[in-house]
Amino acid sequence: MVRRQLAAALAAVALLSSAAQAEDAVKVGLILPMTGQQASTGKQIDAAVKLYQAVNGSTAAGKKIEVILKDDTGVADVAKRLAQELVVNDKVAFLAGFGLTPIALAVAPIATQAKVPEVVMAAGTSSITDASPFVVRTSFTLAQSAVPMAEWAVKNGINKVVTLVSDFGPGIDAEKSFTERFKSDGGTVIESLRVPLRSPDFSPVLQKAADAKPDAVFVFVPSGQGAQFVKQFVERGLDKSGIKLIATGDVTDDDQLNGMGDVVIGVINTHNYSAAHDSAANKAFVDAFKKANAGMRPNFMAVGGWDGMHLIYEALKMTGGATDGDTLLAAMKGMAWESPRGPISIDPQTRDIVQNIYVRKVEKKDGELYNVEFATIPNVKDPVKAAKK
Amino acid sequence: MLLHLYLRAMSAMATILFDGVAYGMLLFVLACGLAVTLGLMNFVNLAHGAFAMAGGYVTVVLMDRFGLPFLACLPIAFAAAALLGLVLERTLYVHMYGRSPLDQVLFSIGLVFMAVAFVDWAMGSSPQNIKLPAWLQGRRDVFGVQVGIYRSFIIVICGGLALALQLALMRTRFGSRLRAAVDDARVARGLGIPVSTVFAVTFAVGSGLAGLGGALGAEILGLDPNFPLRFMIYFLIVVTVGGTSGIVGPFAASLLLGVADVAGKYYLPALGAFMIYLVMIAVLVLRPHGLFARPR
Amino acid sequence: MDAAALGLVRRARWRWPEVVLWLLAYAALLMPPGKFLILNEIAILALFALSLDLILGYAGIVSLGHAAFFGVGAYTAGLLAKHVTGDPLAGLLLGAAVATVVGFATSLLVLRGSDLTRLMVTLGVAMVLGEIANALPGLSGGADGLQGVTMGPLLGCFDFDLFGRTAYAYSLTTLFLFTLLARRIVLSPFGLSLMAIRRNPLRAGALGVPVNARLIAVYTLAAAFAGTAGALLAQTTAFVSLDVFEFHRSADVLLVLIIGGAGWLYGGIAGAVIYTLLQDGIAAFTPQYWQFWIGLLLVAFVLVGRQRLVGGLYAMLGWARRR
Repeated sequence: MVRRQLAAALAAVALLSSAAQAEDAVKVGLILPMTGQQASTGKQIDAAVKLYQAVNGSTAAGKKIEVILKDDTGVADVAKRLAQELVVNDKVAFLAGFGLTPIALAVAPIATQAKVPEVVMAAGTSSITDASPFVVRTSFTLAQSAVPMAEWAVKNGINKVVTLVSDFGPGIDAEKSFTERFKSDGGTVIESLRVPLRSPDFSPVLQKAADAKPDAVFVFVPSGQGAQFVKQFVERGLDKSGIKLIATGDVTDDDQLNGMGDVVIGVINTHNYSAAHDSAANKAFVDAFKKANAGMRPNFMAVGGWDGMHLIYEALKMTGGATDGDTLLAAMKGMAWESPRGPISIDPQTRDIVQNIYVRKVEKKDGELYNVEFATIPNVKDPVKAAKK
Repeated sequence: MLLHLYLRAMSAMATILFDGVAYGMLLFVLACGLAVTLGLMNFVNLAHGAFAMAGGYVTVVLMDRFGLPFLACLPIAFAAAALLGLVLERTLYVHMYGRSPLDQVLFSIGLVFMAVAFVDWAMGSSPQNIKLPAWLQGRRDVFGVQVGIYRSFIIVICGGLALALQLALMRTRFGSRLRAAVDDARVARGLGIPVSTVFAVTFAVGSGLAGLGGALGAEILGLDPNFPLRFMIYFLIVVTVGGTSGIVGPFAASLLLGVADVAGKYYLPALGAFMIYLVMIAVLVLRPHGLFARPR
Repeated sequence: MDAAALGLVRRARWRWPEVVLWLLAYAALLMPPGKFLILNEIAILALFALSLDLILGYAGIVSLGHAAFFGVGAYTAGLLAKHVTGDPLAGLLLGAAVATVVGFATSLLVLRGSDLTRLMVTLGVAMVLGEIANALPGLSGGADGLQGVTMGPLLGCFDFDLFGRTAYAYSLTTLFLFTLLARRIVLSPFGLSLMAIRRNPLRAGALGVPVNARLIAVYTLAAAFAGTAGALLAQTTAFVSLDVFEFHRSADVLLVLIIGGAGWLYGGIAGAVIYTLLQDGIAAFTPQYWQFWIGLLLVAFVLVGRQRLVGGLYAMLGWARRR
């Protein structure tokens, strides 16, 4: 009896894809934090997804692409329930979005069970793509940003560093990968500091960093906390005592950069995307994005959302509109295209993104602050997974 | 060498203490209105932080869109939040006095949700930043101790406010009426004190102070639509630990919490995040009515 | 039989709305799949709210940190499933047991003080437990959540399916059994003594009710209920993250109970149904700004009054579903 029920359930799941084929629309379940602490991430990605559909039309491979937006409120079990409902009730062919690591991880078993591709557009912990063979990432991993920063630092005469990261998955990834590369290149990490994710006051850790008198402080805090961090860094006079600030690009998030004020000028950081990236594709993207969103500047989250949609559209085109998970995954693996951030591709082995990482410096251009790219490390794979092989 | 190390440790400690005091002072200005409303009307106003947020956003809008200097924005932030408080008190809150505390919780949480979503809609969900004038930035060396200029500014303003509030409470006619009303509203009413007017004014001033705190604190605490929810717990801690029978209690509690929080994160980073909760539990278990309140 | 005992017997009689409610809840299992997941969530939230009702509605202890026990139960069940056995019932029992121990240990903190003091002490306990979980990433998975929770089949033969049918049946049955238990408890002399304490602790004490012992007992019992709810969540979602301890969970359950009305056992269930369906319905229209409308409803709910509004809510819900 139970076995029969189970078999029926499994058969129904297998039928989902063909049911979706029968209809003309292909549904994409977009799960994002639209309220709560991470709401700005959700807004950026949602705006980019809408823009992609406005620019490229809402059909691909002859099918209408319908995006269903759900607010996960930043809570993992809510996100999991929403994903499950999207799969069961709305029969979505893709799950996309995922602003936070725990949420992407919580949904992964559903992607596996239902054979639905999970397109991660934001969350940046390396291990996410290992959680399910159906996870594909179009954002970045923290290690991708942190390792080039370590290499650049050693080459540019920085020998003693204090690392300071937010105490959660991506932060620990950033700390580990930076420290490993920095040490193997000959630098010393004097102290590794972590701040709780929800600690608004950085003064105690900054005091510790100042006491250690390093050449530089390497920082990762999630986008949104960067402004406060940089301000307190300057207020504490760390810049004046000759301590450099090096960071992943989350700290100098494009969305926030102008509001941070001139104190951020000169901060060196590494990341996958800058709104100032010099390419025709990016100019068109930035202009259209600003126009559609009352002047809001797209950040690395938005570009992750844009490329996630691109991946979905192109995969559908390659499969001729077929929506079963294995075929879609096969189409996605190895796909390469020109993104607003530069050339990118999906690593066929790890399903993680391969992209250029840029070394940037915050400068003022035409009265606005930008991360201006001055060096490029081409085709960076996720170093954590590369090290495992 | 040892002496040198000792001096360095002492100066670090002084800096930490200084930061903690500034943080605590800020908490006091943000929370003192709540202490008085709670003590006066026994009203659990969880929406208090929304008034602080209003002050912060008023400052951001005035500085960014209208180019007003930071100092000019501070009194406007106070006035705007006070006005908002007065209007809401007369229209909505007035219906809630005497209702069960649970209804009050539901009501004020509802207000917080509305405020959060409204600000998100009107101003976006990204954190807002206030650009301090150059003369408030940076830090000075005072007798070997590194002192942030903006934090000194906060200490001066908030300390001044605390002193003024205490004087107003103890020395003015309004203050004595307020104290009488807090002690026993019924008797005060019987003695001809216009308790509801006293309360409306107090509510407005409390909201205004929160607004000023929001404007001053945006630089240090950050400002985004979730501000009222993020800091609700801190305000409640200040009020419960300090007690609700005056402002000396909340003032001391704010300083204690500020110093414990900052010092905890510096000296005991492993314990840092829950230092303040441990302090709170300890105080409340030993003195259930707060540090300074008389048991009722 | 004296009057009090007779009164208890009378109140313990089953009334038809109760019977209908449970029949409907079980009949939902026969529906086509699609709503089981949200029903499962409602059942878990209802059990959690029932647990709060025991202390708030019957003993008058306000708590803004009830998630402490919910979280302990969730992590216990999750860790057991990850490291020892995937058997759901074992996890449920152990989750409840560990939550009971934590509840007993912390019950001493809520004996004294005003409502506000209790509110803050309970909140502090939940926060401290949350921070402890955060500080032990090796055990709890830290901010990324506990990975690798795999559940075995229920009773050895029912697998947890993607539609959530098993999950809902499991949570609903647990809720039913615990409601029976709670019903039995509050309609006993023990329950009567609790209500006496709620109305006037001094008088109850003077009448010979051992006030502190009773409060400790009911607080510990409520912790067990909450731990069970947490274990259910961990098992039916096969995932635990730090937000099981968070403030919003404690606040939500308090809201739910106040909406449904404290002190009549079914308040938690009613509140959980109304709140979850409303939130889900409104968030489907406006994923960004649903909080505003929920807030507006809460304010209106209080200002207009519970009785007058409930009818209107049902009408609106019907409208939302039809669209």
